[in-house]
Amino acid sequence: MSKTKLLEIDALQVERESKEILRGISLSIGHGEVHAIMGPNGSGKSTLANTLMGHPSCEVIGGTVNFSGQDLSDLEVNQRANSGMFMAFQYPMEIPGVPLTTFLREAMNTRRGEGNEIGVREFRKTMLEKMELLNMDPAFASRYLNQGFSGGEKKRCEILQMAMLEPSLAILDETDSGLDIDALKIVAEGVNAQRGDHMGVLIITHYQRLLTYIQPDRVHVMVSGRIVESGGPELALKLEDQGYDSYVNRVAEGV
Amino acid sequence: MSTEAIQPPTTSIEFDYKHGFHDKEKAAITTDPGLSEKIVRQISALKNEPEWMLELRLQGLQAFESRPMPDWGADLSEIKFDDIRYYVKATDRGAEDNWDDVPEYIKNTFDRLGIPEAEKKFLAGVGAQYDSEVVYHSIQDQMAEQGVIYLDMDGGLREHEDLVKKFFAKMIPVNDNKFAALNTAVWSGGSFVYVPPGVKVDLPLQAYFRINAEAAGQFERTLIIADEGADVHYIEGCTAPVYARDSLHSAVVEIIAMPNSHVRYTTIQNWSNNVYNLVTKRAFAHEGASVEWIDGNIGSKVTMKYPAIHLLGEGARGEVLSIAYANSGQHQDAGAKIVHAAPNTSSTITSKSIGNGDGRSSYRGLLKVDRGATDAKSFVRCDAMLLTPESRTDTYPYIEIEEEDAQIGHEATVSKIGDDEIFYLMSRGLSEEKATSVIVTGFFEEFIKELPMEYSVEMNRLIELEMEGSIG
Repeated sequence: MSKTKLLEIDALQVERESKEILRGISLSIGHGEVHAIMGPNGSGKSTLANTLMGHPSCEVIGGTVNFSGQDLSDLEVNQRANSGMFMAFQYPMEIPGVPLTTFLREAMNTRRGEGNEIGVREFRKTMLEKMELLNMDPAFASRYLNQGFSGGEKKRCEILQMAMLEPSLAILDETDSGLDIDALKIVAEGVNAQRGDHMGVLIITHYQRLLTYIQPDRVHVMVSGRIVESGGPELALKLEDQGYDSYVNRVAEGV
Repeated sequence: MSTEAIQPPTTSIEFDYKHGFHDKEKAAITTDPGLSEKIVRQISALKNEPEWMLELRLQGLQAFESRPMPDWGADLSEIKFDDIRYYVKATDRGAEDNWDDVPEYIKNTFDRLGIPEAEKKFLAGVGAQYDSEVVYHSIQDQMAEQGVIYLDMDGGLREHEDLVKKFFAKMIPVNDNKFAALNTAVWSGGSFVYVPPGVKVDLPLQAYFRINAEAAGQFERTLIIADEGADVHYIEGCTAPVYARDSLHSAVVEIIAMPNSHVRYTTIQNWSNNVYNLVTKRAFAHEGASVEWIDGNIGSKVTMKYPAIHLLGEGARGEVLSIAYANSGQHQDAGAKIVHAAPNTSSTITSKSIGNGDGRSSYRGLLKVDRGATDAKSFVRCDAMLLTPESRTDTYPYIEIEEEDAQIGHEATVSKIGDDEIFYLMSRGLSEEKATSVIVTGFFEEFIKELPMEYSVEMNRLIELEMEGSIG
């Protein structure tokens, strides 16, 4: 295990549309660790995910983020991806006319670099295996990226992309939203099959239920752009029981 | 519009195929700039044409001169008719023009697209010969056995005068429009295709590979005759930019699809950005026949082109699938025209256009259902995508329906590439340029998937090239 952390966030402040959303987040994820960030709507969870990935609307106004030893502010979105970061989107984009296979092979080959492209046969074999694991109809391979996919299909497609691209850090932005319990289990299995020393995970979620299937090492509670409490997996259960009200009230009272 | 069907040729046609691919005359002749009756007579005389063709040319000249410039569509006011050389013999091009004069951007694009040396010079208009005879010899033999005629238009007129006389300027009359009239007056080159009854031509006929026969001229004239039950796919052009020293390209393409025949005509055109590309294309589809125009317009300064299909026989089908890409300084005014003139006819029009820089694209279409054309079905869809705030798109759909039971659908969308789509693709490792070209390629997918493999590969590469340097 390398000495540097996989992800090191220090006092991160972020504005979106001239409004401060993240007010000093510090968080550190080691290689292969699974962290969950939980919080009520509007707490800034998704802004954190999008900031890490580099969405142009998220403007870093303070603090630093270090990813695998690199200062994130030096990296474009695609460079972050090619350094091993992956985000499963809360609302994956539909890209008409671009078959899923074509796109994924392009992405994989970009990641692997010139001269190291994956063979067509090997790619196909790997993809079909992963699709089977995610209980996806092989017909999806030739469908256009996310176009006409149901909510659950889109989420599974995100996890398929994660499985193919083999990131060192996977950020799951509200991946559980809109999923029924069966789909949730399948998605969780997909993540669990992948987790290990080579992949750390940052789960962004409102609800505890995904964490029943993907056991986190650490849980952080985020309210109004700050992490207000961190703990082990038991913290998620406590939240499920008591909700966010006590945290929200404390923040409102300025405690 | 007359709905009287043209009778198929009844005689069996014999022909000598050895003249098919090479123009043996080497006379170095080019007319002086400008247009006059003298020039038209000179062209006709050079080609040793029959009297009736000269008459047709002169009628064309008269129609061209008497018709006003179109007051709609793109701005054509800068065309300098007097500076144009109306007849340049293909074999003269190499002698007269110089590779050094070809703009750098064209040469660079050739290199990036991997265009072979021999083709580069031809495409740049400075080389006349591109020898494809060896490669395509076996295909020629096979076609000859089937009785397929595939000649350049001059050769067609020489060797099959009766057929040409019967159909030439019948789909597009001499006086149809100003630029078709001009073409009739000064036409040279183009292709003549005849496919006998019931014959299916397996491989697409590719004008690209016989460009030595003047098919890529400024005023080419193409006539395709598919006899009853015949099936043929004709492809013209290529994705590489074609540099033209003279800036007016005004072609005419006529197709006659006899009962139950099928004709597909695919165009990929990437003219250099000084060219006015004003083309008239029209097909007649008889009973049970189907005609498809697959039309890709990438380059030029101005393009005005509206491939037309007249559905003249019961059950005839027509499809126009076109794409247009307008970059800075370009105006693509393209569309389609479909006339339902018989019962149970159906048609689809799909138009996809992209504006980049300050480029402008327009869809202009006419859908007409004549009285008596009962149970007509048609669906029109035009999608436009704007890559920049300065680009522009307009839609001019004209619909004239004279039968109440016609089923007509029309859909139009305008989209922009959003930050979120780009972000999504970049988050998978693609550069911004690559992400943009993936989205553009996807937008054109319906067109690209209709192309033969080698063309679709080139097309994808071309889109990538076009997106380079357009970001930021």
